[in-house]
Amino acid sequence: MTDYFRGRRLVYGLILFFITLSGFAQMPVFARYYISDIPGLGWLAQFYVTHAMHYIMAALLLVLGSYAAMDAVLGRKLPSAWQNRVNKGRLTATGWVKVLSLAGLMVTGCVMVVKNLSGVYFPHLLIIFLDLLHLALCMILLGATLYAGIRKRPWIAV
Amino acid sequence: MRSPVSRRQFLKSTVFAAGAAVVGTGPAAAGPGTEEEPLATLIDISRCIGCEECVYACNDANARKFPEPEKPFPTMYPSRVPVEDWSDQRDVTDRLTPYNWLYIQYATGTKDGEEITLTIPRRCMHCQNPPCVKLCPWGAAKQQPSGLSRIDSQLCLGGSKCKDVCPWDIPQRQTGVGLYLDILPAFAGNGVMYKCDRCYDRLEKGEQPACIEACPEQVQVIGRRSEIIALAKERAQEMNGHIYGLDENGGTHTLYVSPVPFDQLTYDTGKGKPHLKPVKDTMADGSNLALALVIAPVAGAAAALGKFYNRIKEEA
Ligand code: HEM
Ligand code: SF4
Ligand code: SF4
Ligand code: SF4
Repeated sequence: MTDYFRGRRLVYGLILFFITLSGFAQMPVFARYYISDIPGLGWLAQFYVTHAMHYIMAALLLVLGSYAAMDAVLGRKLPSAWQNRVNKGRLTATGWVKVLSLAGLMVTGCVMVVKNLSGVYFPHLLIIFLDLLHLALCMILLGATLYAGIRKRPWIAV
Repeated sequence: MRSPVSRRQFLKSTVFAAGAAVVGTGPAAAGPGTEEEPLATLIDISRCIGCEECVYACNDANARKFPEPEKPFPTMYPSRVPVEDWSDQRDVTDRLTPYNWLYIQYATGTKDGEEITLTIPRRCMHCQNPPCVKLCPWGAAKQQPSGLSRIDSQLCLGGSKCKDVCPWDIPQRQTGVGLYLDILPAFAGNGVMYKCDRCYDRLEKGEQPACIEACPEQVQVIGRRSEIIALAKERAQEMNGHIYGLDENGGTHTLYVSPVPFDQLTYDTGKGKPHLKPVKDTMADGSNLALALVIAPVAGAAAALGKFYNRIKEEA
């Protein structure tokens, strides 16, 4: 592996950590299990704080995601000699799982953001479906991330 | 002076038309595309005599929705998780409980130099953008296009988040009932949250909410929000009074009219006894941040494009 993606991997790691944390904070679990009692973590039980944080992290994730996607597309348009080795590679299996679950999270997440606007009435079953799908995709993403981390599977195989 | 619109006339033009619309579309009424303006209620505090007829009517009309917990309750971990049991205190009417969705709050204030006592029917405000509904992580709470919000007792796990995010702490918990019993009662959930559902089932049948119908003083009126606002302003002008709920939490579907400014009222407040303070729009941050989510992908793509052109310039 080259260091080509190092910067964005670091940014992605930070976003993933905080978006997951603020996502799970949407469920009332951190106060029950004393986690928000740890000094400095009290904000985890403040729903409006974690809600705003989840939105901000989601915005950053969308910036990074569209940057990476655009970069990959444009990168392939450069003369072959200029291209980075990694850029020519293909997504691995775990890479696909992660990309698709991220895409799904972005779509379901954004639909829920629309749902949260004033005056928007979604059918009740759709809301439940979106919530559960968002949660399931989150689990798939975290599972694939963990697996790829342990088995040292990169996003892209050269 | 009474409002020029007689109550009967008003109801004919609004509520029953609304009721018919809800009945007509059936369950689909919960879906988007129902362009009817939401309903709101006006509560004219100056007319209330504190007889509690509305409280008893609410309890009667909604008794079949009340929790029937089985005891003993499953032990919950960790031990800090509070057991909230109102099943032996079903008669309590001086605060909100899972068995009392409406109560009469006593307030004192000064009007024209005289001290007066006011009685204020208190229940869920039915916010225009209700955080209890929008932030429920399971979708157990729902808002209907008629503007009411309610909690589905079949789905609620009793985590109490709706109460934490409600500016008035309205929803009340009963331990020992609901879906959590079938999942992991020791480790997740704690019963079901209850609050005024604005008699959604009566509205569907074209009837008025029980508390409105039972009141001998016609304290409450239900109708389209714009009409209710107009009526509230008219009443406020007549009594040189004040309105609560126009902008509270971004606007609610319950408007109070009081002869005394709300910030000059002294009243009993605390657990199950909501305040009457100004409330900022709790969902506003989310709505504003939604714009950032629209800009974000454009910004990312623009950055990549910029990099691409710089690269070409460099190499050329
Ligand atoms: C563009 C990306 C995303 C957006 C716009 C977004 C938006 C949201 C919203 C609005 C909610 C609250 C649901 C509600 O309204 O009740 C939520 C919940 C949640 N999010 Fe995200 N999210 C995104 C990405 C992610 C990612 C990447 C993860 C984790 C890896 C995640 C994990 C969660 C979890 C665990 C919850 C709580 C459970 C649930 O309600 O499903 N989200 N998200
Ligand atoms: S029934 Fe009417 S007058 Fe009596 S307490 Fe209720 S709102 Fe007030
Ligand atoms: S007053 Fe509280 S419980 Fe009622 S709709 Fe608003 S946020 Fe929900
Ligand atoms: S609208 Fe119905 S549920 Fe709400 S307080 Fe009145 S009677 Fe009770």
